Amino acid sequence: MTILSVEALQKSFRGVPAVRGVSFAVGAGEMLALIGPNGAGKSTCFNMLNGQLRPDAGRVRLSERDIAGLSPRAVCRLGVGRTFQITATFASMTVRENVQMALLSHRQRIFRFWRPAGGQFVGEARALLSQVGMAAQAERAAGVLAYGDLKRLELAMALAGDPRLLLMDEPTAGMAPAERTALMALTRQLATERHLAVLFTEHDMDVVFGVADRILVLHQGELIAEGDAARVRADARVREVYLGSGATSGGH
Amino acid sequence: MTFLLLQLLTGLAGASALFLVAAGLTVIFGVTRIVNFSHGSLYMVGAYVAWTVLGHLPRDPASFVLGVAVTALVLAAFGALLEVALLRRLYRAPELLQLLATFAIVLIVQDATQAIWGADDLPLPRPPWMRAFVRLGGERFPLYDLWLIAAGPLVLGALWLLLHRTRWGTLVRAATADREMVAALGVDQRLLFTGVFALGAGLAGLGGALALPEGTANLQLDLSAITDAFVVVLVGGLGSLPGAYLAAVLIGVLQAIGIFFVPKATLVIVFAVMAATLVVRPNGLLGRPAGAAREPEVAPLVLPAPRALLWAAACALMALAVAPLIVGPFAVSVLTEAMIALLFAASLHFMMGPGGMPSFGHAAWFGIGAYATALATTMLGAPFALALIAAPIAALLVAAAFGWFVVKLSGVYLAMLTLAFAQIIWAVAFQWSGLTGGDNGILSVWPPAWLADPRAFYWLTLALCIGGALLLRRALYAPFGWALRASRDSSLRAEAIGLPTAHVRLAAFALAGAAAGLAGGLTTFGKGSVFPSYIGIGRSVDALLMVLLGGVQTISGPLVGALAYTGLYDTLLRATDWWRLVLGAAILVLVLAFPQGIAGAAQRVWRGRAA
Repeated sequence: MTILSVEALQKSFRGVPAVRGVSFAVGAGEMLALIGPNGAGKSTCFNMLNGQLRPDAGRVRLSERDIAGLSPRAVCRLGVGRTFQITATFASMTVRENVQMALLSHRQRIFRFWRPAGGQFVGEARALLSQVGMAAQAERAAGVLAYGDLKRLELAMALAGDPRLLLMDEPTAGMAPAERTALMALTRQLATERHLAVLFTEHDMDVVFGVADRILVLHQGELIAEGDAARVRADARVREVYLGSGATSGGH
Repeated sequence: MTFLLLQLLTGLAGASALFLVAAGLTVIFGVTRIVNFSHGSLYMVGAYVAWTVLGHLPRDPASFVLGVAVTALVLAAFGALLEVALLRRLYRAPELLQLLATFAIVLIVQDATQAIWGADDLPLPRPPWMRAFVRLGGERFPLYDLWLIAAGPLVLGALWLLLHRTRWGTLVRAATADREMVAALGVDQRLLFTGVFALGAGLAGLGGALALPEGTANLQLDLSAITDAFVVVLVGGLGSLPGAYLAAVLIGVLQAIGIFFVPKATLVIVFAVMAATLVVRPNGLLGRPAGAAREPEVAPLVLPAPRALLWAAACALMALAVAPLIVGPFAVSVLTEAMIALLFAASLHFMMGPGGMPSFGHAAWFGIGAYATALATTMLGAPFALALIAAPIAALLVAAAFGWFVVKLSGVYLAMLTLAFAQIIWAVAFQWSGLTGGDNGILSVWPPAWLADPRAFYWLTLALCIGGALLLRRALYAPFGWALRASRDSSLRAEAIGLPTAHVRLAAFALAGAAAGLAGGLTTFGKGSVFPSYIGIGRSVDALLMVLLGGVQTISGPLVGALAYTGLYDTLLRATDWWRLVLGAAILVLVLAFPQGIAGAAQRVWRGRAA
């Protein structure tokens, strides 16, 4: 079942095209990687999907509904979770409170002034933290977590909205290799269990080829290849513009 | 036509004076990132020093120039001393604490100036050349104003040369753009900062000296100068000298022409220009967005209050409830004021701490509440309860309307916009005498007979203020309070989990306004009168001091701060004539010793013991 479908997406900045006619689709339970050299238009593409940028032309459909141009908040409400390249959590709260906050927000319980928030959705928050392997750290301050744990926390907060689509911008940037594999294995498991569609950008080719069901390759704002790992690896144009540069594994 | 030309020239002369005050402030802020509240004090001291120096010199123009130059140098030395002795210790402190420390300097300089030069206004005897006029199209125009018009661009040009044609200036500009990078390149920042501070102080002295022939050296100069300077710097863009000049011209000319068309609204014009500019160009006319701080302050966790603290609070509340049975009427009136201060401080803390929206103009809501109650009583003849309820409702409505502009900004700009708005409200109260009685205020607004006993009124105040503060506290632990903190901690993440951050901040702003309004309404009935001073900068600063003294990041901070501040204030006011000096010194000690505020420091000790 198709969750997200993108048709002929276009965006220019002051006349300079950043994304030119990109189309693709992600289905439930599928992990789709968006790769390309620096400046290929990955982030621009990404930001048009969750509402931070408005496309010049093209359609972004979430289960048949056109969401192009909606605000990030509205997109979130329709079932799109996201994690950031540089983690963003609430530093003055504990890990559990961060997830409770996300739950309170998704259940529209924000403008309540009386009952203490600390006792609301505790069980659900703990369950989500268990799913991402953070149960033991629930009472720690979010501000003092290690980077890999922050990423897991972000994942739990994104899951709190019970999303159909998860957008992950460079989910493993800044992590040690072992942590990268673990986080992506976790994501894979969540995608399968919850029938989540996952779209992620990534620089680490080991991560991409190891976990993605399909891979999209962007170059100068255009889609130049699409397919599974073997097919993308074999593609002549991809080799030319991307892999030929020697960036076959590790690093950024 | 001639008339317009003359007004234009008057405006340009005013613009030069404004620019001279603002130039030093913007240079200092650009490099050190310190919002120097004491800049107005340097300007005031400049005027006094110039009065003394010029008094000892012959009265010819050349000696005048010499005297002005000497004044600038004296002030530069004073500024350098201030930087080395005090401000140097504050660069790593949170922005608001720096502000508190510089305000302490304002207090100390006030009393020191009065001790040295006395309380009377000191006019400069003006020799004939200073009183001369030139004829322009048949009208007379003061010659000195022509010199002033030239002074602005001259100083701007000299500063431009200094900053663009010398190695030192290059370093200053580099530090303005990226302080960390300059430090990484091995430049001695301490020397650079001292130099910049001396330059800024010297410019303030120059401004004070040049303005002296047109007015007097008096003890009100500091706050009026700092308000003008803030407006000019913000409209022009923080750190931008050409922007400051442009803004000074804009404001000076609008003021000079406006005084002819709408003589009653000159003050409103100034602040309306500022508010309009900040809404359209949030970084000022020529300002650039400030680079994000590289090490964001990590706000500490907010935990439920420990049981012992709750018991202590309950005991304190009992003591407050029975106090009027034991103490005398004076103490009851002090306690009434303390309770009102407590609610006022709690309301500011609500938006400033968990909301991350510091306000320099919180008195606006207090004042609106106070006037709403007074007007409801005198003009509409509303009964006591209705008149009192009118206070928070009026403040809530105005705060909600105004908050729409405010919540889009952050940091110093947000704080300044709130100050501008408070000044507009103050100006309306001051200049619209038909409605508000102007400076004479509104008198004889007394509570009904059953509250005529000060003790009865105290109990009502106690119930309402403690109740209000507890409600605010309750909201902070409820989902709304969490959402407010979440929006402050990371608005990016907050939006991504579906939080309507702008609405949350707006609601917090309006609620804080309502609580402050209630404090204002109670003050009206407590004192039986309302004056424009209720909306003055002084009252906004009182609230800031209370919150910062108590500690921004602790929920109980404002309560402790309000009691400590009113206690300190009332004790000092009775014990000594030099209360500003002592209060300023006490604040400095507190800032240097307890950068987290009193409650923050206590919390550290408590948690350190528990761990």
